[in-house]
Amino acid sequence: MSLIEVKNLKVEFETADGIVSAVNNVNFSIDEGKILAIVGESGSGKSQTVFGMTGLLDHNGRATGSVKFEGEEILNLSNQKLNQIRAEKISMIFQDPMTSLNPYVRVSEQMTEVLIYHKNVSKSDALKQSISMLDAVRIPDANNRIRMYPHEFSGGMRQRVMIAMSLLCRPKLLIADEPTTALDVTVQAQIMKLLTDLQKDFGMSIILITHDLGVVAGSSDDMLVMYGGEIMEIGKTENIFSTPTHPYTQGLMSAVPRLDDSEERLITIPGNPPNMMKAPEGCPFSPRCNFAIDTCSSKSAALLKVNDNDHLRACHVAKELIS
Amino acid sequence: MSNQTILEVKNLKVSFDVASEGDMPWTKAKKLQAVNNISFSLNAGETLGVVGESGCGKSTLARAIVKMVPAESGEVVWLGQDLLELSNSETRPYRKQIQMIFQDPLASLNPRMNIGEIIAEPLRTHYPKTPESDVQARVSDVMDKVGLHDNLMNRYPHEFSGGQCQRIGIARALILKPKLVICDEPVSALDVSIQAQVVNLLMDLQEEMDLALIFIAHDLSVVKHISTKIMVLYLGNMVELANSDDIYKSPSHPYTQALISAVPIPDPSVEKNKDLILIEGDLPSPINPPSGCVFRTRCQKAQEVCANEMPEFKSKGQDHSVACHFHD
Amino acid sequence: MIVANKGKIKTMAENLSESGAGRSLWKDARIRFMQNKAATISLFILLSIVLFSFIGPYFAVWSYEQIDWNAMGSAARVGMPSIESGHFFGTDDLGRDLYSRVIQGTQISLMVGVLGATVAVIVGTLYGATSGYLGGKTDQIMMRIVDILMSIPYMFVLILLLVVFGRSIGMLFIGIGLLSWLDMSRIVRGQTLNLKNKEFIEAARVTGVSDFKIITRHIVPNLLGIVAVYATLLVPGIILAESFISFLGLGVQEPSTSWGALIKEGAGTISYDTEWQLLFPLAFFVVSLFCFYFIGDGLRDALDPKER
Repeated sequence: MSLIEVKNLKVEFETADGIVSAVNNVNFSIDEGKILAIVGESGSGKSQTVFGMTGLLDHNGRATGSVKFEGEEILNLSNQKLNQIRAEKISMIFQDPMTSLNPYVRVSEQMTEVLIYHKNVSKSDALKQSISMLDAVRIPDANNRIRMYPHEFSGGMRQRVMIAMSLLCRPKLLIADEPTTALDVTVQAQIMKLLTDLQKDFGMSIILITHDLGVVAGSSDDMLVMYGGEIMEIGKTENIFSTPTHPYTQGLMSAVPRLDDSEERLITIPGNPPNMMKAPEGCPFSPRCNFAIDTCSSKSAALLKVNDNDHLRACHVAKELIS
Repeated sequence: MSNQTILEVKNLKVSFDVASEGDMPWTKAKKLQAVNNISFSLNAGETLGVVGESGCGKSTLARAIVKMVPAESGEVVWLGQDLLELSNSETRPYRKQIQMIFQDPLASLNPRMNIGEIIAEPLRTHYPKTPESDVQARVSDVMDKVGLHDNLMNRYPHEFSGGQCQRIGIARALILKPKLVICDEPVSALDVSIQAQVVNLLMDLQEEMDLALIFIAHDLSVVKHISTKIMVLYLGNMVELANSDDIYKSPSHPYTQALISAVPIPDPSVEKNKDLILIEGDLPSPINPPSGCVFRTRCQKAQEVCANEMPEFKSKGQDHSVACHFHD
Repeated sequence: MIVANKGKIKTMAENLSESGAGRSLWKDARIRFMQNKAATISLFILLSIVLFSFIGPYFAVWSYEQIDWNAMGSAARVGMPSIESGHFFGTDDLGRDLYSRVIQGTQISLMVGVLGATVAVIVGTLYGATSGYLGGKTDQIMMRIVDILMSIPYMFVLILLLVVFGRSIGMLFIGIGLLSWLDMSRIVRGQTLNLKNKEFIEAARVTGVSDFKIITRHIVPNLLGIVAVYATLLVPGIILAESFISFLGLGVQEPSTSWGALIKEGAGTISYDTEWQLLFPLAFFVVSLFCFYFIGDGLRDALDPKER
């Protein structure tokens, strides 16, 4: 059974200039113990998708559709219930750990507070568990470091503290929103290694939101490519990297220079990312697509099977014509 | 491509005074060595890539070359003239020849000026007597070069996307036909698909105008793609300098090796099976750097000599220099 | 290659459709300001008051210093507001026409406020921008001077100046102008420190633009938003200060008058059943101040939409 199942998710924002739809008809599911990567550029709706799922949208946003977590509908539950789910079963880490850590409170207090409040454990037990969690995320000298304030940690260490905090209640699902974007490559490598190791140890699922195809390639089981609020392609990571069938996925992959390759010239995707204030008609990628036909700019493409291994794509053009 | 050396940096050092918490106004400030003993030379039409992690001094190096931050010692020789010896007003004519592109495309454009004014500013500064019609012609010429239509001249920066803003920044840097453009993280704030456009544009323009580039970035893949040679910095020190293929194929410094291994390859079959060299621990504080080799605190090969002696930056082969006691 | 070329053509095609004049930040702000009803109405009322103070005299039957001997001393019985007698707003205790005097007071008060604020804005902006941009020791010294000037009790000095050098509008200007730019310079300096680290300033410095041009072309235009907001709030502040001084009897000299002086006279005679002597100048005073504050608020929202 899948851990979380998202059906026809739509996220809309009410702005001064009218209703902006950020996420359109998104369907996907995650099995237990898997890592799903959501890839997309700015404005692709990748963050808004998970914010919509977990009830964290800004006050002017609303989500419709269905999100089933362990078989139960969680979309638009009351704040109180969502808070409970978010604390115990689904936790999140963000690009900038400082946004979720209180700079004026010691790490020890911020960590034990979670346990005492949600798991009803005693203060000394909570402290013990917190220290062992800091050990688990490989923070050296956790016994003493736990008494420090967030700003006394380096960026990479702070992200580790954040991860430790999010794992305290042993969540079933961890949502990581660009967890390594603000970090240097060597630190990024450490954190990604840590995340995949922890995922195996704790047996949880991870939704990894990122724009870095390298990070996706290294860690995820499945991937989902988003553009302009819609899913372009979804499938096993290996399959998508070896045979990308959507023009956008192809373009994205050829636009990234590879360290182990020396290409003369990068192949680019023309044009600019869509402005969601005035989203294009039909397929959102059609204005930048080299293969676009007439239908593309009038009708949006359905997400259809490419072959039998759960590989789906949304494109009007036959896959034989692309590449 | 001519092989004339246009820029030669010799033993450049930059330090900042930093006040720490609880200091009184008369307390002597601590010295932060941001750039330590950096030397390199650059030929016309060549690209030098500078990589390193945040806090390694790569941006400070760029700003010291254009005299935005004062250098402590060393020389920046531009076509035979040491720029550091010159006064501010004497430097001004040289500023035509060295331009800069910045990281944040929108923040590098004055929001109150329109695109035409922004791009024309260097021209109006150095050639104030240029007739208005010539200025307009030059602006639309350079806009065409960077792929912007010249009827956008009257628009304002906030009306453009990140990629277009970066094109405007490039147009401003190129209007005086400089010989060297220093690019400080020019693509790291851009989306993947736009990065490729800007990288291609820079490479095309380089060929067309015989530009030399100093390309600073933390993304090794992009740097390797665009550069002829690459310098790796760690804590303000040069650890390795070589041709870009050599750096990738035979990295000699343990730090370079770790850096290369950490760069994720967008291919699951490669990325999931590679041997990762992880470096442990945190970057040491630049106020209080380790003795001897700066990397020794995190280096797997470190021995006693590393703590006592600073390794010399020496050539190990053709155009390949490294600062390590134990390179191969 | 083909792909790249196609890309270039596409960007151009896209650009073509977007041609035309751009919308500057100022234009955006104006549109946002116009959407703010309270601010637009206030602006309209304020402009009407200004217009009235210029056109009003043409309808006046009496000049502001002319004494209606009939009404003198018996304002409560004869000097009430009436169309027939030509005293639209009534007369004051000396039998002078209040309509003309209110117009005169409006002119003086607004002039003091606007001119005082202008002086404060110009001096404060240049001082603050220079101090912030140059930084270091210069900044330290310039800001300590401001600190010292700020520590002097403002009203006390103003009163002393007027007593020692005699009461005159000129002295009032000097007194108010001397001190009201201090806050301005502090605000501007803070903003400049912010702006100074922006990349577009760096870009200008790398290009070799002179310090003076950087301040006037890159820093000051980006400060104008906050300066405009502060200035609209400064005008009523100065009008209030002037009114207070006039209320104490140290402001403008007779027969000239200002809102403060008129209110003082009106308040003094309130027990003689001549409430119009207080109400007319007070209404103008209160309405104008409200308008200034609403406009300031509207400007702030229009210029900084994010910070709401």
